[in-house]
Amino acid sequence: MESKARRKERLNRGIKVRTEGIYAVSSLKEMTYLLAPRLLLILGLLIIPLVVPSMYWQRVICMTCIFALLALAFDFLAHHVGIVCLGGALFIGLGGYISGILNSSFGLPLVLTIPIATLGGALISTLLLLPCLPVRGIYFAIVSLMYPLMLSRIIEALGLFGGTDGIAGLTTFPNIWVDQYLIIGVVLIAVFSLRRLVNEDIGLVLRGIKDNDQAVKASGMNITWYKAQAVFLAATIGCFAGAYLTHLYGWVGISLFGLDFSILPIAATVLGGMGTLIGPVLGASILTPLSEMLRALGPLRIVFYCLILVGFILFKPEGLMNYFQRKYHQFEHWIEV
Amino acid sequence: MDILIYGIVNSVVFALIAVGFTLVYGISRLPNFAHGALYILGGYITWNFLNKLGLNYAVAILLAIIIVALIGAAMYRFLLMRVRGMPDSEIIASFAIGLAIMEGLRWGGFVGQAYILPAFIEGAVDIAGTPIDFQRLIIVGGGLAVVAFLWLFTHYNKAGLALRAIAQDERAAMMLGIDSDLAAVLALALGSALAGIAAIAILPLGNITVETGYNVLIYAIAVCIIGGLGSWPGAILGAFVLGFAQILTVAYIAPQWQMVVVFLAIILTLILRPSGLFGRQKELEERV
Amino acid sequence: MSEEVILQVKEVSRAFGGIKAVNNVSLELARGEILGIIGPNGSGKTTLVNLITGFIKKDSGSIFFKNRNITKSPPHKIADLGIARTFQVMRPYHSLPAYRNLIVPLYSPRVKRASGGKLGDRDAVAIDLLEEIGFERDAYVPYKLASSLPLGYLKRLELARCLALRPEVVLCDEVFSGLSMAEIATMVPIVEKLQMNGITIMMIEHRLRELFQLANRVIVMNFGEKIADGIPEEVMADKKVREAYLGTEVT
Repeated sequence: MESKARRKERLNRGIKVRTEGIYAVSSLKEMTYLLAPRLLLILGLLIIPLVVPSMYWQRVICMTCIFALLALAFDFLAHHVGIVCLGGALFIGLGGYISGILNSSFGLPLVLTIPIATLGGALISTLLLLPCLPVRGIYFAIVSLMYPLMLSRIIEALGLFGGTDGIAGLTTFPNIWVDQYLIIGVVLIAVFSLRRLVNEDIGLVLRGIKDNDQAVKASGMNITWYKAQAVFLAATIGCFAGAYLTHLYGWVGISLFGLDFSILPIAATVLGGMGTLIGPVLGASILTPLSEMLRALGPLRIVFYCLILVGFILFKPEGLMNYFQRKYHQFEHWIEV
Repeated sequence: MDILIYGIVNSVVFALIAVGFTLVYGISRLPNFAHGALYILGGYITWNFLNKLGLNYAVAILLAIIIVALIGAAMYRFLLMRVRGMPDSEIIASFAIGLAIMEGLRWGGFVGQAYILPAFIEGAVDIAGTPIDFQRLIIVGGGLAVVAFLWLFTHYNKAGLALRAIAQDERAAMMLGIDSDLAAVLALALGSALAGIAAIAILPLGNITVETGYNVLIYAIAVCIIGGLGSWPGAILGAFVLGFAQILTVAYIAPQWQMVVVFLAIILTLILRPSGLFGRQKELEERV
Repeated sequence: MSEEVILQVKEVSRAFGGIKAVNNVSLELARGEILGIIGPNGSGKTTLVNLITGFIKKDSGSIFFKNRNITKSPPHKIADLGIARTFQVMRPYHSLPAYRNLIVPLYSPRVKRASGGKLGDRDAVAIDLLEEIGFERDAYVPYKLASSLPLGYLKRLELARCLALRPEVVLCDEVFSGLSMAEIATMVPIVEKLQMNGITIMMIEHRLRELFQLANRVIVMNFGEKIADGIPEEVMADKKVREAYLGTEVT
């Protein structure tokens, strides 16, 4: 007596196969299939500041984009280079403090402080994290976790740079529209550039470093150098977010080194879909507004992100974006074995 | 002379904190970023038993240790085992669980001066002209007891020998019929219990705060990095190196820099000898 | 085949916690020759390759490549100088076409220098390379996903990964293992062609018949030591070698 076993089979949808070649341009339907998701993202981000009800929510958009940038940096490092960074707050804090100090002590205008803080902060971050690069992931994880904690304690203990009170009265952006569109623009550029980067040949090298670093070494490439470049890139994104945050509220303080900036991007990435680079943006868009709504609950917010993170990473590791992509490109059906 | 005695006490503190972490890593290859959370959980559970349920101190301690061990084992068996073998996910997941526990405790209101565990024996004694409270002596005694227990356990007890076998060579041990998953669960239970024991011995020196949890995590990993991840004697040696380094800094430089010493020690180790003093990491996996 | 010595290994040793994996081994590799390394399992052959290519530190001894001391050089530097190696455990990019697996070595500084910066489209170079090594272009084999390739092709892909680096020396670690007779028969001419193109080859092998067809010289290792060094016929007649493989005679 034969037992009929069934299994699920996934096949690419017809339209996906048809759009893989150049002939996709011949049909409007197929072009839509290809362009719709990207247009949705771009137009969505560009339109949303115009439709939200109040200034409060416009500020939420800004914060969402900041977390989206951090999440992007985390996803890039973790899933395209194999480096787990538990200290996004390091980038925010460095970027924030450098631009704050340049602005308050040296009087530089924000068009100068932001670029200097972005690149300078990234350079310092990379140097600080350099000793961890030749060795295994856990060292990077713990050192990146330690830095923000330690730096905030040093600032507090020595009363440097305004100590616990921070530095206030910094220049802010001219108006709310610049606030939003600047950061939205940066997010879009970052997402599309990173996606492009990982698909180029250099992306394969980074992937090699993640999956099989012996082979990359045996091909004559210095892994530490490439990892350093990847960390610098991620740090640039994070430090920009920090410098932006400082000039958004005109204030910088040790809360920029807070755990929120380290954990929410990780939760956003896991929720949104690890490795997709768009998933983290999606995840940030979900978690940041939620976190604002839950602000009254204090530390419970963090518990909440952590539970979502644990839930997804253990039970649904593909995350939302991978799920959507799968549904969009493939269909499933049961077949008999 | 003070320096010597305080140095020893501090080192034993570090050793107690770190040995649970290194044990778990050595046997199950899991970097348990929830170690700090389990530590303060031990403290809070004991406090609750003592103050909310009014239990006898000794009973409270015993129950708390058992509960923390069970929590650690359950956390592994039902959660972390799912990501076994994927180091990135292990780090992220255990970190998130630890964070959830610690921030959950913070939300639950465990903040402030009220949360203190009393010393086991009040009072102090003079050793070579330096006053030492009994609690600190108990810590040193406890530390010695723990080391002795671990040594005996892993050399003479069947379960302990199995754990040691898995730590040395997982495949060979599996071929001998030792279940590596079960060993990992046991390791977590043991490591969590050690975290609890450490907490109960050390927390009476100050009060229980959530910040301690983060500090403990960092200290534990720092000690293990210096001594060599997964090596138990290494953890002890690393604890002494760090313990004395910290005391010397506090004595001769300034107390604010204690944390920086820890951090510098990690960076120096990474630059000079990444596998740590007794690191057993095979070089193929370790260095670039 | 010239007499110029391209690689010199001098009294190299490495122990792992009390066990001497490689014990005082010396050898010389002449430019253009094929040197075979044989010996029972666990005799230290792969460890020797790891020592030469810098993946493991040496306890003692030194290694010279073209008279340059590479004893303390890191693996990427040694590869950059022109020594390529295969890995027994291959990990190609499963979800990518076979030719994309060659992009990483083609991206390396060595290839950039060798081609004067005018490499052109890496994809095209990769496909040409695969064709030379036996991936039938007409059958679109280079475009197949690495996960769908049979073992013979994967072994060749691994070899191609080395060749993409434009090496002077290739250390092959058991490239014939796991292959059928037919597959090996197709690989032997490839190795011969490499020698004709001037590449020096060191091969660790268990398939003695094929190895002896190719090798100019053979070294035998046992328990970490070199016990014989010479042309294949001499080595096989050597009593110590027979004992290592077959055990001592019962008298």
